[in-house]
Amino acid sequence: MANSVRRASVTKNRHKELGLSDDQVMDIYRTMLLARKFDERLWLLNRSGKIPFVISCQGQEAAQVGAAFALNREKDYVLPYYRDLGVVLAFGMTPQELMLSNFAKAEDPNSGGRQMPGHFGQKKNRIVTGSSPVTTQVPHAVGIALAGKMEKKDFVSLVTFGEGSSNQGDFHEGANFAGVQKLPVIFMVENNQYAISVPVSKQLACEKVSDRAQGYGMPGVTVDGNDPLAVYQAVKQAADRARNGDGPSLVETVSYRLTPHSSDDDDRSYRTKEEVETAKEKDSLKSFSTYLRELNLLTEEIEGKYKEEIMKVINDATDYAEKAAYADPKTLFDHVYAE
Amino acid sequence: MPVMSYIQAVTRALKEEMERDEKVFVLGEDVGVRGGVFRATDGLYDQFGEARVLDTPLAESAIAGVGIGAAMYGMRPVAEMQFVDFILPAVNQILSEAAKIRYRSNNDWTCPITIRAPYGGGVHGALYHSQSLESIFANQPGLKIVMPSTPYDVKGLLKSAIRDEDPVLFFEHKRAYRLIKGEVPTDDYTLPIGKADVKREGTDITVITYGLCVHFALQAAEKLEAEGISTHVLDLRTVYPLDQQGIIEAASKTGKVLLITEDNKEGSIIGQVSAIIAENCLFDLDAPIKRLAGPEVPSMPYAPTLEKEFMLNPDKVERAIRELAEF
Repeated sequence: MANSVRRASVTKNRHKELGLSDDQVMDIYRTMLLARKFDERLWLLNRSGKIPFVISCQGQEAAQVGAAFALNREKDYVLPYYRDLGVVLAFGMTPQELMLSNFAKAEDPNSGGRQMPGHFGQKKNRIVTGSSPVTTQVPHAVGIALAGKMEKKDFVSLVTFGEGSSNQGDFHEGANFAGVQKLPVIFMVENNQYAISVPVSKQLACEKVSDRAQGYGMPGVTVDGNDPLAVYQAVKQAADRARNGDGPSLVETVSYRLTPHSSDDDDRSYRTKEEVETAKEKDSLKSFSTYLRELNLLTEEIEGKYKEEIMKVINDATDYAEKAAYADPKTLFDHVYAE
Repeated sequence: MPVMSYIQAVTRALKEEMERDEKVFVLGEDVGVRGGVFRATDGLYDQFGEARVLDTPLAESAIAGVGIGAAMYGMRPVAEMQFVDFILPAVNQILSEAAKIRYRSNNDWTCPITIRAPYGGGVHGALYHSQSLESIFANQPGLKIVMPSTPYDVKGLLKSAIRDEDPVLFFEHKRAYRLIKGEVPTDDYTLPIGKADVKREGTDITVITYGLCVHFALQAAEKLEAEGISTHVLDLRTVYPLDQQGIIEAASKTGKVLLITEDNKEGSIIGQVSAIIAENCLFDLDAPIKRLAGPEVPSMPYAPTLEKEFMLNPDKVERAIRELAEF
C-alpha cells in the first residue's frame, strides 16, 4: 500500500484530461477483464471438447473497449470483426448471450446458432451482423453512415478489422467512398501483427496502415493498442469530427495477438515462444491495472471483487448455455426470405 | 394508356417509387448528373437532388456494399451496375452478404436492396457489354432475380423489387431498352415476383423463356400460327426462385417444350427449368425437352458476323419450334 501511494505521486492522471471519470476508467478496466476472462473460459471449453471453435480477443481488449467507450453507446453503430469480444460486451451484448453463441444454441441473439462464434450481430444494440469473408463490413459501415446523413441523424459508425484486411478492395473502396462523401465513419484497424501466419512485414508495402488514410482524404493516426486511454482519445476525436460533419477518420491500434489465430491454429510453426512472451510483458490487462493501482483507484480488494463477480457471471453463462436447447431441425428453412 | 419504351418504364418506376417513399434512393456510376449511360435515371437528379441520386466512385463492390449497409439501416437503395458484366467485383457483397443477412442473423437484420443491371447482347457490345450472367446468382437462396420482357412488366416488377423485404437483382435487357415498346398504365401497380406469365396461349408447343427472347418467341409464334402450329409462350419473369407451378402447367399443356436463353446452355437457367419439367411432367411429355441457347463460347464477339452468329433471333426460334412440332 505504502508503495502504491508513493508511486501515485509520480503517476500522472491521464484520464481526467480526456474527460473520463474514475468510475468510467474502472468500468473500462472491468470490461477488459471480463473480455479476457470470458475468452480464457472459451479455450478451456474448447480444449475439454465442449465447444468446437474459438477465435480470440486476447491482446486487443484495450483497443476494443477503449474505442467502444469513446462512442455513444446509445445511438452509434458498430460493425465489429470476429475478435471484437470487447466491443460487443461494451455495446450491451451479455456474457450469457455470447456463451449461447459459443455453444451454438437457439437463443443466441447473433444468429440463433447458425453462425460460428465471433460472427456478431444484435440489432437492438446496433451491432451489425457480419460474415466470414473479411472486410465486407467496411462498405456496410459507410452505407449506414450514408443513411444517417440522409436521415439527418447524428450517429457515427465504427468499423473494425485487422491489418490484413486493410489490403482488401472493400477497405479501399469503402474508405474512398466515405472520404468523397465526408461520411461519419471511423475505420479502426486492430493491427495485431499477424494475418494468421503472415506477419505485417509481408502484408503492408507502407510503414503503417494509417499511412493509407491520406489517399482517401481523411486523417490517419497510429496509437498504442495496449493503452485504452490512447485509443479512447483517438476514437473520441474521430467521433467528434464525424459528428461535426468533418468526415471519416482512420485509427490504427497496434498491439499483439497473444493467442494462435484460432483454436485450430498452431502458432509455434511461424513465430517463436520468446516473441509471444515479450509481447505478454506489454499486455494491456497488466499495464492498465498498474496505472489504476498507481492512482489508488484499483486495489487488491477491488480487483478480487471484480474477478469474483466476473467468474460468477461466466460460470452462470456457461451453465445456462450448456443446458440451453439447440435449434429445432425444422427451423432450418426459417428466414430464407421474409415470411 | 400511354405507350412507352422498356427503359422509360424503368425510369417511370424509379420516379414513382422515389415520390412514394423518401427512403428510396439510387446510387451508381453516372446515375446522377448524366442520368445514367443508358439514361435509365434521366430526370431523377433534377427532381430529387444529389443526396438521393448519388453518383458514386467507380467501384462496384462499394456500390453494392454501401447500398447493403444503407438497406440494413432501413433505407430502400436501388444500386445500379452500369453493365451486368461489371457486377463481378460485387459478387462477394451480393452472395456472401445481401443474400445471407436475414438467414445468418436469424431474422434480426434484413437487406431490402434492389440491384439493377443491363444485360444481354445484340448492341455491338462485344465480350464485356453483352453477357447474361444470371446463372452465377441463380443458386443462392435468399436472393431473387427478376428479368422482365415488357415495359408493363418492368414497371410493375421494379416497384415490387424496391418494396420487397429481401435483396432483388433486377436485370434489364439492354437491346430491349429502346426496341421494345408497350402500354404502361399511369397508376401505381405492382406485379408479383416469383410468378411466370403466359404471354401467348397455344396448344401445340410450349416455349418457356425470359427477357428479349420472349419477343423472338412471340414473333415466331405469330408466323407459325399461319402454318397451323399453335405456340404457348410462358415468360418466366423471375428466374430465381423459379415459378415451379407455372412451369409445370405450361409444359403439361402441350407436352412439347422448347426452352430458350441467350446465355450459353450449360449451367444456364433453362437447365433448371428442364429439370423441373423432367421431375414433374414425364407422363405429359410427347417429345424430349428441347433447349435453344447461346453457343458454348466465352462471350459474344464484336464483329457483326460473329455477333449475329451468337445471338438468337426469331428465325432460330421458329426453326426450333418447327422441329419440335414435327417430332
